[in-house]
Formats: sequence, structure tokens, C-alpha cells
Amino acid sequence: MSTNSPAATGPILEVDGLAFAYGDHVALDGLSFSVRRGEIFGLLGPNGGGKTTLFRILATLLTPRSGTARVAGHDVVREPQAVRENIGVVFQAPSLDGKLTVRENMRHQGHLYGMSGSVLEARMDEMLDRVAMRTRENDRVDALSGGMKRRVDLAKGLMHRPALVLLDEPTTGLDPGARIDLWEHLAAARAEDGLSVLVTTHLMEDADRCDRLLIVDRGRIVALDTPEALREGVGGDVVVARTRDPRGLAEEVRRRFAEDVEVVDDTIRIRRARGHEFVPALFEAFPGRIEAVSVGKPTLEDVFIQRTGHRLWSGDEA
Amino acid sequence: MDDLRRRLLLPTATLWWREIVRFYRQRSRIVGALATPVLFWLLLGSGFSASFRPPGMPEGLRYSEYFFPGTIVMIVLFTAIFSTISVIEDRKEGFLQAVLVAPVSRATIVLGKILGGTTLALGQALLVLLAAPLVGIPLGVGDFLLATAVLFAIAFGLTTLGFLIAWKMESTQGFHAIMNLLLMPMWFLSGAFFPSEGAPGWLRFLMAVNPLTYGLAALRRVLYPAATSVGPGVPDMALSVAVTCGFALLSFLAARALVSRPLEAGLA
Repeated sequence: MSTNSPAATGPILEVDGLAFAYGDHVALDGLSFSVRRGEIFGLLGPNGGGKTTLFRILATLLTPRSGTARVAGHDVVREPQAVRENIGVVFQAPSLDGKLTVRENMRHQGHLYGMSGSVLEARMDEMLDRVAMRTRENDRVDALSGGMKRRVDLAKGLMHRPALVLLDEPTTGLDPGARIDLWEHLAAARAEDGLSVLVTTHLMEDADRCDRLLIVDRGRIVALDTPEALREGVGGDVVVARTRDPRGLAEEVRRRFAEDVEVVDDTIRIRRARGHEFVPALFEAFPGRIEAVSVGKPTLEDVFIQRTGHRLWSGDEA
Repeated sequence: MDDLRRRLLLPTATLWWREIVRFYRQRSRIVGALATPVLFWLLLGSGFSASFRPPGMPEGLRYSEYFFPGTIVMIVLFTAIFSTISVIEDRKEGFLQAVLVAPVSRATIVLGKILGGTTLALGQALLVLLAAPLVGIPLGVGDFLLATAVLFAIAFGLTTLGFLIAWKMESTQGFHAIMNLLLMPMWFLSGAFFPSEGAPGWLRFLMAVNPLTYGLAALRRVLYPAATSVGPGVPDMALSVAVTCGFALLSFLAARALVSRPLEAGLA
């Protein structure tokens, strides 16, 4: 289904100047990036930051105001059917019919993609085995747990061997075990079918598993690099101190140590080299005002805070 | 040829099949769509028979006989409504968006859904139609086939109308409101319940512009070939068939156009 694309060697996805607005609210403000073949590409950002809008444009469900997006060389607006042949879409909520069995849902999907007969049945066996749902294939979807539904939905989305799979917040609502399972299934699918993956997320654990990460906030690109490079870009250590009066303490730390300090909830965060050496100085300077301190390497959350000046989770700018 | 099968027949068939399976697995829908009209017919038909004669009703016809075609159309209407209400559920449960991102034409999506609803409506209507001889309406094989064709056109039109209403609806409650405001009056004013002859002028006007009037007229003319049993003021067969088929076709084109429109923030 994805073999006869005209640009079999170019990027699987090219986005150029993509913009979208809901009325006056600008959701995407001229995004440009591309995804290489075989890459797991993450889209990290707060809810309402433009991820889902971008996802829906790429899934051919939404028409952009301006700019272009091409999947395997096909324009999402002018050639939606060619794009649809090339993508597999896994939505945030499983798109399964609860009244049908697992296998019936899979067969329905196969037929929509023009697959049938023994080819389809064999592919269904393979995909259900891969997500370990073969033993439940004759159960109604209504009777499955959330994690099981997600696995079936993934198998369903990958069944027609799409060149690019789009996943919208795939691990939301999954327990840690199921989350790891899902990433393993995805890695297996990439190894066996050679697919490329674009995944939206607001979770650091998911973002860390991507080859490259695009951080979006308020419809704009904040950063684009590998998770390692992004973290190293922050540099040094991160000292996090919990206190009753984060704002007051942050101000005093700034004055006294001339450090860059951020206030996040009931903590202050200080980025500096050799963080462990700074801890005693901090305690001596402010006796009794610090309840707990931790020192660590920067996380993607620190990357986000450094680049945007606000937390990923505050997320009410929608 | 193979492309036609893969891209059109297979997706249409699978969408159609899903409607049938879902219906079969929700037994309460069968009861709702079939038992309600039959109960209606039994209660109203026999209750009114003795004393009730709306003006303009043909001579020599008992009310239960007059009401029989209307009952069948009501079954079609109910089934069509309940099968298209699932569009709203499909959207809410997220099933619809997976269909919309599949490489299937919008016309196919509409056709599969509507043929599914049409099949269910037609199937239930035919079950009751088979009982026609029991209520004193003799029905030959030819008439039965003709009635089937007429009912197919009615069912297709009504299912498509339901689809048109349901497509943009946010909730099933909203759909019920439309059903009470539009679809039930459509049935009441189709000549199912009382003839237009003898009704006040404004009511006769509404009945004349109601497409369902023509579907019912066509069915009535097939079931009662004798002109005297049909009664005066009922549109003739050619006009009835033309309006019924025209309505089905126009509705389908409208539904295809509606579904083909790009969705702005509609798929939340």
C-alpha cells in the first residue's frame, strides 16, 4: 500500500509553513519540519499547544489555513486519498466498535483498506499475535480493558502496512506496564515493517523514547533535536529545592548568588554546573527555609521550561 | 475492475455488514422498531375500527385496513431513525474518525451506512407485510415484489434523511427533538393516519408537499389495486414513484455533499 510513492527516498513527512486558527485563536503559527523515513518522531507540548491540530491536519481531517504538508510526497489537502493510503492513524481514544469482536473490528478495517481473503486473515493473525491479543480475538471489544483496547487499536492501525503511523497521545490512561508494552509493540513494528512514527505526547517518559523531538508551544516550534541533545543543551545540573515561600526564596537566591532561578509550584529550580557543591551553600544561606533538595541532570521538562519560561503541565493556554 | 471491488464494493459491503451485525446484537432495537408500530396498529386499528371514520376515507374499508400501509411506513421510519442515530454514537465513541481517515470515498461511507439502515428497515417492513393476508389484504407474488421495491425507495429516502439530520448532531437528545418535531409529523401528515381528502386546507397543503405522502400513496396503490379502496385525493402511481425516488436521490446527493465538506473543528 505504501510502496509506490513517488518520493520513496525523501522524507516521509514534510511540513512547510503550516498554519491554522480556530476563529481568532491561532493554533498553528507557521510550522516547518520534516520526518525521516524509519524515524520515531515525537511532538511534545502542553495540551492546547497545537499538537492535536497538527495531528488532525496530517490525518486529513482538518484543512490548514495556509502552508503545506506532504506525506510520502502527497499533499494532505490536494491528494487526501493518496495520503490516507500511506498513513495509519491511532487516535487518543480507541476507534473500535464495542459491539463487534476484536477480529470483526480488524476485518472491517482491512476491508476499508481494500484487503480481503486469506491475505487479510493472515495479516490479522500476525498483528493480533504481535500485540498478544490473539486469545481474545473473539471477545466483544466492550468486554476488554482500556489497555487491551489500545493494543487492538494499534494492531488495527498498523494492519495495512502504512508508511507513516500517526499516534495521538497513545499512552494516556495506560498503566506503566501497558505503556512499556505499547512502546515495545511500536519498536517491533518499526523493525518488521520499516514504518515511520509520529507521536504526540505531553509525557516526558514517552518523549524520551523518540529519535527526535519537536517541542511545540502556542503553535510555534520551540526546539527540534534528539532528546539527548536537548537535555545537554540545558547544561549542568538542576538543583530543586522545596520551600514554603518559593517566590520570596527565589528572589533572595537571585540576589545572593546571581543564579537563574525558576519557580515551579512549591519549588525553586536552579540550573548550574556542579550542582552538588551548591547544596551546602544553599542550606547555609537560608537555614530552616528549605524542606528538601534534590540534584539531577536536566530533564526534558527543564528543556521546556528553559525554552518557554513556563511549565509543560500548566497547560491552560488553549 | 479489481480496483472497483477493492475501493468501492468491499468498503460499502463492510460498512453495510456492520450495521446489520450491530442491529442483530442489540435486541432492544428490534423490539423498539417492530413491536411499537404493530402495537400501534393493533390498538388504534381495532380501537378505531368500530367508531372512527375520518372524513374522506374510502367506502367499504375498515380503519384497520386503511391504517395498515401507514403502520408499515412507520416501521420503516422508526428503523431508519434508529439506524442513523448510530452516526452520533459512532462519532462520540471515535469509531467514525477511523472510517474518515481510511482511503474510502465519502460517497462510499454514506452509501454503506444508508444501505445498512435501508436493509434493516426493509427487512422489518417485509415481515409485517407478509401478514397482510391475515388482515384481509390479499397479496400476490407480483404485488409483494412491487411493494418491496416501493418500500426500498421509501426506506432509502428516510434513512438518508435521518443521516442528514444526525451527521451534524452533537447528542442523541437533539436527534430525538428533531424526530418529534419533523419526522413524526411527516408520518402523521402522509395520509398514514387519515386521508388528505376532508382535511382543512392548510393541512392538505402540508400533506401535498410532504414527500412521504407520495411514498405512502405508492404503497397504498400497490396493496389496494382497486381505485375505490385507495380513496380520492391520493396521488397517482407515476407521480408517487417519481417523487419517492427523486426524494431518495436528492437526499443521497445532499448527504454525499455534506460528508465531503472538510471538517473544521467538528470532530472534537
